[in-house]
Amino acid sequence: MSVAGRVGDLVKGDPHADRVVPPTGFTARLTVFTSAAMAFLAVFALALSMATGRLADRWAEELARSSTLRISAPEGQVAAQTAAALRVLETTPGIASARALPVEETRALLEPWFGPDLPVEALPIPQLIEVVETGEGYDATGLRARLQAEVPGAVLDDHTRWRDPLVDAASRLRTLGLTALLLIAGATAAMITLAAQAALAANDQVIRVLRLVGAKDSYIARAFVRRFTMRALAGAAAGTVLGMAAIWLLPDADPAGGFLTGLGFRGAGWLWPLLIPLLAALVAFAATRFAALRSLGERS
Amino acid sequence: MQSRRAIASPGPLGQNDRRRQCGVPGVIELDRVAYSYGGGELFSDLSLALGPGTFHFLTGPSGAGKTTLLKLCYAELRPTAGQVRLFGEEVRAMDRDRVALARRRIGVVHQDCQFLDHLPLKENVALPLTVSGRGGAEDEDLAALLSWVGLSRQAEQLPPELSGGERQRAALARAIILSPDVILADEPTGNIDWEMSQRLLALLVELNRMGKAVLVATHDLQLIRAAKAQVQARVLRLKDRRLVAAGADL
Repeated sequence: MSVAGRVGDLVKGDPHADRVVPPTGFTARLTVFTSAAMAFLAVFALALSMATGRLADRWAEELARSSTLRISAPEGQVAAQTAAALRVLETTPGIASARALPVEETRALLEPWFGPDLPVEALPIPQLIEVVETGEGYDATGLRARLQAEVPGAVLDDHTRWRDPLVDAASRLRTLGLTALLLIAGATAAMITLAAQAALAANDQVIRVLRLVGAKDSYIARAFVRRFTMRALAGAAAGTVLGMAAIWLLPDADPAGGFLTGLGFRGAGWLWPLLIPLLAALVAFAATRFAALRSLGERS
Repeated sequence: MQSRRAIASPGPLGQNDRRRQCGVPGVIELDRVAYSYGGGELFSDLSLALGPGTFHFLTGPSGAGKTTLLKLCYAELRPTAGQVRLFGEEVRAMDRDRVALARRRIGVVHQDCQFLDHLPLKENVALPLTVSGRGGAEDEDLAALLSWVGLSRQAEQLPPELSGGERQRAALARAIILSPDVILADEPTGNIDWEMSQRLLALLVELNRMGKAVLVATHDLQLIRAAKAQVQARVLRLKDRRLVAAGADL
């Protein structure tokens, strides 16, 4: 039988076979609760992984395409050196645009640290020039050499020094999220295996009677496997819905909020959590089948 | 009995198994079998062949190994020496699926008949049909079978609600619903009164007349005498770790 056929049979079930195992018991509640709790956590792990993935991509893209030129010169030479630096930048291949930041933008940059009333004009703050690269990028070493010769007060910061650790940190967070998902799947499998083993032990008489009347191990296992798979699917579906609702209720992302308010799903990303109940059912199927066949084998 | 299924011949093992069965004297054969547990030998060098249509009683003192011998006959236990063949196939060579298929051709009735207590009687009796994929409690032969064992009115009751005699008859109905080749009964009258014992015996005799091999382990000498008046039954006695013919003693 094909895999699709087996899945179809599993979902459809056999009304006779489904009844041979008593329908209630603590293992039923344990499986539903475990699946729901794990699915709830899995939604957050997935959201974390996706948010950090977006963050890493954004940082990598935005910071890689921009540089900052800082002009630190005596007060009377700042304007001349800024103009000289802009001329150098305009003639440098790989640079799409360059502009000197006006006082208002410099003040806005410093505002989070010094407040809104900072007298920028009265302070010896370097002039900043924002440099935007073309897709090909520029030769940073060559540009530094030219600036050293023509604009002695200019310091080029291409963000490499702090961009790489940030992107690395975001990538590690994404890996952490994915690892959490794997651990959740493993913990779910372990819990459902234990619940299945408890159910098999509690139904010793059922198994003895079924064997006496000629039931194959695959038949007995199937009765337990389907039950646990459907319970895990139902529990995980409930947990996923609750997790998605919790994510949806988080505050909206805004520039001041930074990373934490960006935790969530965007657009089609909301479809990813819908895979969690299916994966939970798959994990439950594999775990219960393994536990059932091993337990039945040990009874022989 | 009017059930069509009870007189239908093919069992679940298929043509090849039937061919293998040809040429061997018994559907269940024990050849120089020994069984030990806990360091002691329960019996040794024991041979027995249950042929089609034969009726055997198995007697012996408590602890002699009657139940163990029956369990060897349906591969619940494996012998420590010798060979057990079910329908021509050596038990040690059978995997669990083969054993399951063989058990569909062997009806077993225990003294402490076990059921699935959460299912009504009719579903318990139909369990062999269910597990073999041949139907379920709605099967048309089931009503006839329940009527034959006198349990039509109890069809919807749960097993814990049944009396000892009703449970024994239900176990017998479950044992024969697939029309097995052999019926093994372990103290089937142990928990029921004489009248009910006679009724159960009459059912076993009727099945034997249909060609089923029957082996009944019992202490009940009255039951054996009553049976010998109706059917040609051989009485075997487990004594001193050996199986001996005991017909002359009765």
